[in-house]
Amino acid sequence: MSEVLVVVDHADGEVKKPTYELLTIARRLGEPSAVFFGSPEQGDAVAEKVKKYGAAKVYVVDDAQIKGYLVAPKAEALQQLAEKSSPAAILLPSTFENKEVAGRLAIKLGSGLITDAVDVADGGVTTQSVFAGNYTVQAKVTTGTPIITVKPNSAAPEEADGAGAVEAFAVTISDVAKTAQVVATQPRQSTGRPELTEAAIVVSGGRGTGGNFEPVEGFADSLGAAVGASRAAVDSGWMPHAFQVGQTGKTVSPQLYVANGISGAIQHRAGMQTSKTIVAVNKDPEAPIFELVDFGVVGDLHTVLPAATEKVKERKG
Amino acid sequence: MNIVVCVKYVPDATADRKFEDDFTVDRVGVDGLLSELDEYAVEQALQFREKREGEEITVTALTVGPEKAVDAVRKSLQMGADSGVHVVDDAIAGSDYLGTSLVLAKAVEKIKADAGADLVICGMASTDASGSVVPAMLAERLGMPQVTLASVVESQGDQVRIKRDNEGSTEVIGATLPIVLSVTDQSGEARYPSFKGIMAAKKKPLETWSLSDLGLDADQVGLSVAYSQVEDTTARPPRTAGEIVTDEDGSGAGALVEFLASKKFI
Repeated sequence: MSEVLVVVDHADGEVKKPTYELLTIARRLGEPSAVFFGSPEQGDAVAEKVKKYGAAKVYVVDDAQIKGYLVAPKAEALQQLAEKSSPAAILLPSTFENKEVAGRLAIKLGSGLITDAVDVADGGVTTQSVFAGNYTVQAKVTTGTPIITVKPNSAAPEEADGAGAVEAFAVTISDVAKTAQVVATQPRQSTGRPELTEAAIVVSGGRGTGGNFEPVEGFADSLGAAVGASRAAVDSGWMPHAFQVGQTGKTVSPQLYVANGISGAIQHRAGMQTSKTIVAVNKDPEAPIFELVDFGVVGDLHTVLPAATEKVKERKG
Repeated sequence: MNIVVCVKYVPDATADRKFEDDFTVDRVGVDGLLSELDEYAVEQALQFREKREGEEITVTALTVGPEKAVDAVRKSLQMGADSGVHVVDDAIAGSDYLGTSLVLAKAVEKIKADAGADLVICGMASTDASGSVVPAMLAERLGMPQVTLASVVESQGDQVRIKRDNEGSTEVIGATLPIVLSVTDQSGEARYPSFKGIMAAKKKPLETWSLSDLGLDADQVGLSVAYSQVEDTTARPPRTAGEIVTDEDGSGAGALVEFLASKKFI
């Protein structure tokens, strides 16, 4: 069976959930090989994790001469790995950075590229959600090695035994790939809440919060949810851009999305319309968000959410 | 110094966007406009020029697309770009990321030969395909440093520094011109064309190029040689109307929690 390369999504060696989703998807296309960019010391621990989801091999690529530069070195490394392993497909978690890596890799390998897939079926047919979620598109790479970036929550991770054989892979990075330098990195402080794109429940706030996100955060915490924000709330400086849900922020597809004080402009809908269940709280009964909802409350979030938070806590005891 | 801004003509996101029978995006039957996210790229090009008084800096707006796509260049000229290039050729229709980036790269190289291309600026994504990959692919093809997804852009001499929000961190990226830069909607509000700008745009040079002007053949780009193929498109069924309640004396919170419990979220 041919190898399918799966780029591991991790934060400093801590494997993130989309990796397991990708490994699950990869098994439909061949035998998954995980590709870990990081320090060799962390490779063994990563292998222990990913082999439980069917990774037969774990290529450890020392990122010492990669992490100091933007995108281009990773594309070169994957090109070298692809040339060695002749994979049936290459899957990457659909982050902005990985999409850029995939784009450059597609040119290097002369291979087709599909971005932001929400599903990949046997045979490599992908599903994408486009035009702000108004259409789904089925597509397939027809030339070269299919390179597919896959969004979080595209599959339920399923465990499977893999050998998890660690193989250090030495790469040669050219000078031309080292021309955009990472001068400084400021890690974002953890909020202690689930990751926005991975969360099963997302509770968001918009203009209607008036800048007070406490009711939104309180309700989110009662449900164990991630917190999101509309572009209006981010543009007003109420929340950092990392929390923005929408076309120019994060696209989320949780089991439950709760929009509070968010009108539901197309820019926002593009980022949440594929959520399984949608709930809204808004003072304006004419707000377009109510066209999308499974359940809506016409009311002031500043009174509805704190009361709802208490009721959730009571139920959970 | 010459700055090339890549701009895309896209179907209006607030209109009823749809696909043609061959599954390509309908770019003619739906009202189009300059992609909102490319306005930020034009803005950064103009600011770059304005911050460097005394230097001779020109801005060329470049688009690839059907006849009507020239509107994207016109809008850029109205905002303040100095000249425009519209690459139009029936054979380009249906190009994928690889085809699109190839045409753009060849066009940038031609502009470079004529007027220079010291800085190439793109928006962070188009509002139709939303791929966010073409700027990186352009950098790959041009062999220029890729400095992308900038929320803040600063420059001094031939040094450019940007702030880039990654998944778990914010990075500062530095590079030396010439570079390919892409900017996000956080980079600074784009200006509206002034009446003076609209009038002046009519006299600005605007060239139309075909594939042969770029040294490309029809069989190198377009739908027929795309590296991926769309097999089907399906309109999402409209969501069935949900239940809407009005909060009266605190009833809203109770109803909300009941609903969430009935769906097993609590």
